[in-house]
Amino acid sequence: MLAAAAIALLVTILLALARAALGPSVFDRLQAANTVGTCAMLILALLGFLGGRPEFLDLAIVYGLLNVIGVIAVLKFFNRGNLGDS
Amino acid sequence: MTTLFEILSALCLAGGGFFCIVGGIGLLRMPDFYTRVHAASLTETLGAGLILLGLMLHEGFTLVTVKLLMIGLLIFFASPTASHALTRAALLRGLKPLLDGPAENK
Repeated sequence: MLAAAAIALLVTILLALARAALGPSVFDRLQAANTVGTCAMLILALLGFLGGRPEFLDLAIVYGLLNVIGVIAVLKFFNRGNLGDS
Repeated sequence: MTTLFEILSALCLAGGGFFCIVGGIGLLRMPDFYTRVHAASLTETLGAGLILLGLMLHEGFTLVTVKLLMIGLLIFFASPTASHALTRAALLRGLKPLLDGPAENK
């Protein structure tokens, strides 16, 4: 059942990538990137269980943090033209 | 007793996977950006929550479950913040929501 959930997450990533390709505005693409990041985090946790390596969960936490920071950094850059180092 | 946990964990994982796919399909089919944010948040709340719950049930009561709780807390706090920042930036940037009928705004 772990593998089934992992495959479902892969399908979700494919759908999000399709939205990233189609998305008219940049915010659709950012939303797709956010979804891909969350699904990647979940797949990391699932692989940690499938492979029997509990340290993958730490990777998932770090990946989730980086994903949020990345989305907010792109948003700030997109709105203000620079990252505040004018 | 353990088979009950196994069944519950399998059910939660299947449900989580199902809701992730539903969120992904909603991401594609929704007509407007703001409705897509709603669909995408479905995967982050319900999909991730059920999958993490399934993993916790599968694992029982160990340190790994605490780590899974930490991931749950991270998603609980981080994803609404990111969605809020994204939607607010879109609104400030002048992305008009689709108020009248399903006009094609491609």
